[in-house]
Amino acid sequence: MPTFQLKINGASHSVEADADTPLLWVLRDNLNLVGTKYGCGIAQCGACTVHVNGNAIRSCTTTVANAQGMEITTIEGLSENGDHPVQEAWKDIDVPQCGYCQSGQIMTASAFLENNSSPSREEIRSAMHGNICRCASYNSIEKAVEVAAKKMN
Amino acid sequence: MKTSNKISFSRRSFLQTSALASGGMLVGFNLFTACKEDVKPPVDLSLLDYNDFNAFIKISDEGKVTIFAPNPEIGQGVKTSMPMLIAEELDVAWEDVHVVQGKLDTKNYTRQVAGGSQSLRQGWTPLRQTGATARQMLVNAAAAKWGVSASECKTNKGVITNANGDKLGYGEVVKEAASLEVPENVTLKDVKDFYIIGQDISNVDIDEIVTGKPLFGLDYKQEGMQYASVLRPPAFGQKLESFDDTNSRAVNGVNDVIKFGDKIAVLASSTWAAMKGKKALKATWTQDSKAESTAFHDETLLGLLNGDKFDTRRKDGDVKKAFAEADQVLERTYETPFVPHNCMEPMNFFANVTTDKIELVGPIQTPAGTAGQVARMLGRDASEVTLEMTRMGGGFGRRLYGDFALEAAEVSHLAKKPVKVIFSREDDMAAGIYRPAIKYRIAASIKDGKLTGYHLKEAAINGNMYGLIPNFFPAGAIENYQVDTANYKSNITTGAWRAPYTNVLASCEQSFFDEIAEAMGVDRIKLHMDLLDKVKGTTDERIQYSPERLQGVIKKVVKESNYGKEKDVYQGFAVYYCHNTHVAEVADIIMDNGVPVVKKVTVAVDCGIVVNPLGAKNQVVGGVIDGIGHSMYGEITFNDGAPQSNNYDSYQLIRMLQTPQVDVHFIENDIAPTGLGEPTLPPVGGAVANAIYKATGKRLTKMPYMNNMDVEPVVG
Repeated sequence: MPTFQLKINGASHSVEADADTPLLWVLRDNLNLVGTKYGCGIAQCGACTVHVNGNAIRSCTTTVANAQGMEITTIEGLSENGDHPVQEAWKDIDVPQCGYCQSGQIMTASAFLENNSSPSREEIRSAMHGNICRCASYNSIEKAVEVAAKKMN
Repeated sequence: MKTSNKISFSRRSFLQTSALASGGMLVGFNLFTACKEDVKPPVDLSLLDYNDFNAFIKISDEGKVTIFAPNPEIGQGVKTSMPMLIAEELDVAWEDVHVVQGKLDTKNYTRQVAGGSQSLRQGWTPLRQTGATARQMLVNAAAAKWGVSASECKTNKGVITNANGDKLGYGEVVKEAASLEVPENVTLKDVKDFYIIGQDISNVDIDEIVTGKPLFGLDYKQEGMQYASVLRPPAFGQKLESFDDTNSRAVNGVNDVIKFGDKIAVLASSTWAAMKGKKALKATWTQDSKAESTAFHDETLLGLLNGDKFDTRRKDGDVKKAFAEADQVLERTYETPFVPHNCMEPMNFFANVTTDKIELVGPIQTPAGTAGQVARMLGRDASEVTLEMTRMGGGFGRRLYGDFALEAAEVSHLAKKPVKVIFSREDDMAAGIYRPAIKYRIAASIKDGKLTGYHLKEAAINGNMYGLIPNFFPAGAIENYQVDTANYKSNITTGAWRAPYTNVLASCEQSFFDEIAEAMGVDRIKLHMDLLDKVKGTTDERIQYSPERLQGVIKKVVKESNYGKEKDVYQGFAVYYCHNTHVAEVADIIMDNGVPVVKKVTVAVDCGIVVNPLGAKNQVVGGVIDGIGHSMYGEITFNDGAPQSNNYDSYQLIRMLQTPQVDVHFIENDIAPTGLGEPTLPPVGGAVANAIYKATGKRLTKMPYMNNMDVEPVVG
């Protein structure tokens, strides 16, 4: 198996995997970073969202070969103490029900807010449309993104 | 350690205390057998871990309290709300409480289950009694130390005081308390004295969730574990004829390929290798039983409705006569499709079957039943099985069925290795245990301006409405009333799906009532209020709903939604009782280029005391949006036995832009609480359909509504 050098959450990792392996499974199986979730495998649900060079991407359709050399951030590395404004907002609003999709939601929201620090409700709704929450915590997600935006300003 | 011989009420015998070697006190109790009278307590608590008690309170020398929550957590919030009940009566600050998921009690349990919205309702009294008993023992210990009467002592948030102004923290008396007799009578707090119940308490796992800690079944790992991807028959009714695993075994990381029954498991060192190995399998299948298609189901269910082979489930008066004498008879047929559960965490389970034990770990709503099934399948004793419950990435009924745990156990048994079976999304959607297709035909008779008869017929796949559903509203309100059910047995696997049967029945009936009101020329709200008046004081014990409480939620929702007075929106109303909770809803919609958009739903809920308003609101809002999503978009069809959707590019779940704001109002009262995981979902489809009727003049009788309007279907 080939070896790939990955830069994740500021640290370098050398992983052995087939070149077509999705980043998602390298994170979860090789590196024990299980906060990034598997939901659909075809970039339709957003559960596997991570940041690559600051952009929210779907790790289930990004191969390990393509991820090489990029700055990758996962939910585990979003903040040192779990206190990123988006994480804080998620706690303030008590967003999660089952909680499974929430790390993907948080990664989408945090990348979005980096590029748009005072979004309108409609912009928030559009930005979060790609992330499915089966428990339908959408009202709380919307509110939490608003709260997070205020915290970031 | 002593236990009381005099038992003033049965729960006492299920409470035992023990001093811990490490310091502190352990109160063990079995929440669910606590409701039975004839089960003997185990002899020595100190020798037991989790096996005889499914719930514990541990109080440390520092006064910190750990509560082991007994019930599986699927997102309904019981891991937070059930310990709240204990902490309230124990009288400790919530900040001093740490909650841990309890393990399965395979010996004594009766209801360690997440399902039916029953956890809080059934736990309400025993959990509070348990907390109160532990509190009383701490008080008794302090009183003995001080040489005063226990009745002179008070507690407040973990501190005991007496009339002389002495103070002792719980931690200072736990050792003594642990050796005392379990008191026979304890007093529960007045509702007005609650300081935890009724407060907004955050999800106890919130910090772990927002930082991505391993909590879920899919996150669980063990050294040497094999990831297993399973190839199952692609269509219902098929059996495995032959297979070729040459290409599969050639995949990097694939370690073994194992046939079991009509399935083939690919075992690998990583999830990706297992999934690739499964895709590389070549298999041929034979049709063993009927290859069913959606058109066949439609025809069959309509045939049943047109026929006369029904079981009568409730019969009041004479509907035939009422219909014959009526001025007007209304009749509608409502159609609802199969839907998958689509838990965000796909089905998965870990099993390690060895010669001396069976270790199971994973997300399951029915831990005991599943552990028992695994033992029976492998011909082993149930005592050899341990099952650890993980947090669940959704349940919605799917995780009541342990098929994935049985697969993991069988594959581990055959491979002689620890195995984790992981469903891909495609596996999860295509190997479903679906909400079955159901069709209803409802007829009503009107004479002299009165609703004189109501006849509900149900034709369903595999099962029919259960228990008391035939006695839900409008049973009791209409003189001539009949509910009939008929059934077709299919080879497509079906099962419980969030609020089984009522999840579609409520919407159909609540749409039909809109038509009845229109035909009678009466106000929809008045029609319901008048019908409910007739049920007041009923002596019919089958009637579980309270007409007064239903009227209460109707009044509340009418007021809060400004029903009938809102301009620029179309409003639809629905009211329903199920899962012991009373709910009324008003949906506000607008039309956007001919497409209905739900902007807002106002909900009034009477679930008695609201234990955790924050969590309760999450449940109500989630149930409403879930109900809208599935009535508007949810459908899986079959062609020759094969499901026609298998991922989110071909199956629509509701997303942010389709989501309305949900405005929640709880009725305030002191009635014992009932559950919220399900009851807000069933009526909302009816409220939406009634609003769409106002906007378009078209009655929607077939779900999903969006596929049955003249609009472009939505995916993504």
